[in-house]
Amino acid sequence: MRLLRIVPDDTKFDFMRFRRISFPLSALLSILAISLYFFHGLNFGIDFKGGTLIEVQSKAGAADLAKMRAALGALGLGEVQLQQFGAPNDVLIRIAEQPGGEVAQQQAVTKVRGALGNEVDYRRVEVVGPRVSGELLSYGVVGLMLAILAILIYLWFRFEWQFALGAMIANVHDIVLTIGFMSITQIDFDLTSIAALLTILGYSLNDTVVIYDRIREMLRRYRKLPMPDLLNASVNQTLSRSVITHVTVSLALLALLLFGGQAIHSFTATMMFGVVLVGTYTSVFIASPILIYLGVGTGRDSLSSPDRDK
Amino acid sequence: MLYFTRWKAAAIVLTAFVVCLFAVPNFLPEKMVQSWPKWAQRHVVLGLDLQGGSHILLEVDTNAVRKEKLETLRDDVRRVLRDARVGYTGLVVRGNSVEVRIREGSNFDQAVDKLRELSQPLGGILGSSTGQRTLDITTEAGSLVRLTVTEPALVERIRQSVEQSIQIIERRVNELGTVEPLIQRQGTDRILVQVPGLQDPTRLKELLGKTAKLDFRMVDVSMPAEQAAQGRVPPDDEILYSATQPKNPYLVEKRILVSGGDLTDAQPGFDQRTSEPIVSFRFNTSGARKFAQVTQENVGKPFAIILDNQVISAPVIREPILGGSGQISGSFTVESANDLAILLRAGALPAPLTIIEERTVGPGLGQDSIAKGKVSAYVGAVMVIVFMLATYGLFGLFANIAVAINVAMIFGVLSLLNATLTLPGIAGIVLTVGIAVDSNVLIYERIREEVRGGRTPINAIDAGFSRALATILDSNITTFIAAAVLFYIGTGPVRGFAVTLGIGIITTVFTAFTLTRLIVAYWVRWRRPQRVPI
Repeated sequence: MRLLRIVPDDTKFDFMRFRRISFPLSALLSILAISLYFFHGLNFGIDFKGGTLIEVQSKAGAADLAKMRAALGALGLGEVQLQQFGAPNDVLIRIAEQPGGEVAQQQAVTKVRGALGNEVDYRRVEVVGPRVSGELLSYGVVGLMLAILAILIYLWFRFEWQFALGAMIANVHDIVLTIGFMSITQIDFDLTSIAALLTILGYSLNDTVVIYDRIREMLRRYRKLPMPDLLNASVNQTLSRSVITHVTVSLALLALLLFGGQAIHSFTATMMFGVVLVGTYTSVFIASPILIYLGVGTGRDSLSSPDRDK
Repeated sequence: MLYFTRWKAAAIVLTAFVVCLFAVPNFLPEKMVQSWPKWAQRHVVLGLDLQGGSHILLEVDTNAVRKEKLETLRDDVRRVLRDARVGYTGLVVRGNSVEVRIREGSNFDQAVDKLRELSQPLGGILGSSTGQRTLDITTEAGSLVRLTVTEPALVERIRQSVEQSIQIIERRVNELGTVEPLIQRQGTDRILVQVPGLQDPTRLKELLGKTAKLDFRMVDVSMPAEQAAQGRVPPDDEILYSATQPKNPYLVEKRILVSGGDLTDAQPGFDQRTSEPIVSFRFNTSGARKFAQVTQENVGKPFAIILDNQVISAPVIREPILGGSGQISGSFTVESANDLAILLRAGALPAPLTIIEERTVGPGLGQDSIAKGKVSAYVGAVMVIVFMLATYGLFGLFANIAVAINVAMIFGVLSLLNATLTLPGIAGIVLTVGIAVDSNVLIYERIREEVRGGRTPINAIDAGFSRALATILDSNITTFIAAAVLFYIGTGPVRGFAVTLGIGIITTVFTAFTLTRLIVAYWVRWRRPQRVPI
């Protein structure tokens, strides 16, 4: 039986050559992403900004957004956003955080129910007061940093410090670019987005660790091989595995993206970008060559053991 | 790597089988499962986003608790000093303390000794070993005594208030007749109420929002209320307004005659004469006695029935009420009378509660989410299975079997833990399928390399496993750390994702280390292959 071979055996692609392009490119993209974050901003959901989120489904056919907007606008609740959410009769209503503390948020919901009356089904109502939204935001940020730190320490244990540092730079770069993506697309940024970012971190590292494992093995075996060649060999050898795994993860994410519905759409789209697109790129073009710059592999020549070729 | 003793093989298969069995109750109808023993009934709990229901987070007003404790302390100081016949002035609450000045000529040291008795060790018998007490008592300038409530005492009082509030909330929520609600404390001063299946939490929020402090006090008829409101309010009185429109002022004594704490029962009903909705109530013995005494002494005068510092009604006492029961009337609807009766029966909250977060999901959305979750899971699984078969043929089949058992085991563990499954949790399972395959891919690619390098089939397979397993461990641990952090900082649906991701990683590593190896090992032994078919 002829089996599917996406990646031919014994590829000898020179990945390391691209580092003179990939590094400046990544630096540029990172700066772009960071400035997008500061100037364009993220579309913070109510989890972090506070406020009210109501998902309604009009009972009779497609929803009349204009009419609803007018009805809600007259309530004096400040900024009210309406958008279609999936099916044409599904509407997502977002109301900014009301001044007046926790009680005011509840009053806003009551007013909306009064205005829209029985014409709609209330699929989902979420109210987050100022106290909780502040906490969720700080927990989210702290959590991200904690995860980065914990993984850094773990990698330091298992590999040398250059590997830990290299992996961290590559993967923080992943997160930065993903945040840039979220800023451009203005995708909802809420708690599930933090979940997506943390998962991207985990999976990206997955990839990087597999390559590093191979590099470490090669370093032990081939003492005289120049670093770029050694890194190239490592990446080429793990290429088949990387591609196949990325295909399977993409298939799983694709299923979620197509059939998972609007509720987790922002989560799945973010994951798709972070794991599939960016993660692959950084593992090969950033995480590996960065080891050259961090000085891995120098000083091997001074060891006296001969080449142990297979 | 390929050698398994009979015992080891049996142990592995048995473990996997038993864990998978725990997943079974989830897929059988309720009635069948209910007759099984409790430990076999453990199943996955559907999160609110899949089941529909309300999630309400309440915060106890700790400042109110603090204030109440200090006011009680002030009243205690007054009582102690009066009983000891010690003259004092300037009894006041300042910050976290009560201050009082002992008059010249009174016995200062005796007063201080008596006041020291108010301070108790925290934790009763155990408290004396920690040395913590409820009050810190200091003196100044030979005449000022300051009693400060210690931090641990305040924390303890807040904790008690939260526990008490939880019990009262339980009673109130149970009156709604809903499915088993979840009520638990969160942190030091928060209470989480989750009611599955509740679509419109408006009534629930109303029931939770009212403190329901009922008291009975005399109305001061010595001057009209409006006059007192504009001018000076007598020191023993205060102005309170009626609960319903029009908001009339009442001049009411501060002294509480009888309070809601003495009620044994409250029922909604209808007035005999006017057929208006009313709430009838009954006092316990001591309440009945107080009530009888008050009504005997004050026939012909009005008294105020006050709920949460608003006057509900102020009837005139026409005759002494000795039976200890009565009724409250005044602009009730049938529903508000019923609600008030519920609140009075459940008891007054020790401190006001504020709703700081609310998430309600309707059943329609819940069912949609489950359906979508199922479809994406099936489609994702099928795509991955087909791809694996195409890429690795027979070994792909082994990998697929291992992944299938992996998913069953995830459900098994979730059931064992009675864990909550949310929509992101389902996404987590789908993702786990994607990544579980990676472990097998690592092994197989290694095997292919070893074959290319010139090893015999059996050696290649063996080497493939041994070399790949360390990498599998390393790469999965990093994702696990991310899942652990997410579990710690996340709430609700996100936590559900962290749980399934974390469990998925553990089962993945287990199946890669054991099941896949086992299947391949037995195949090798059975077939004794000349070539590795990948």
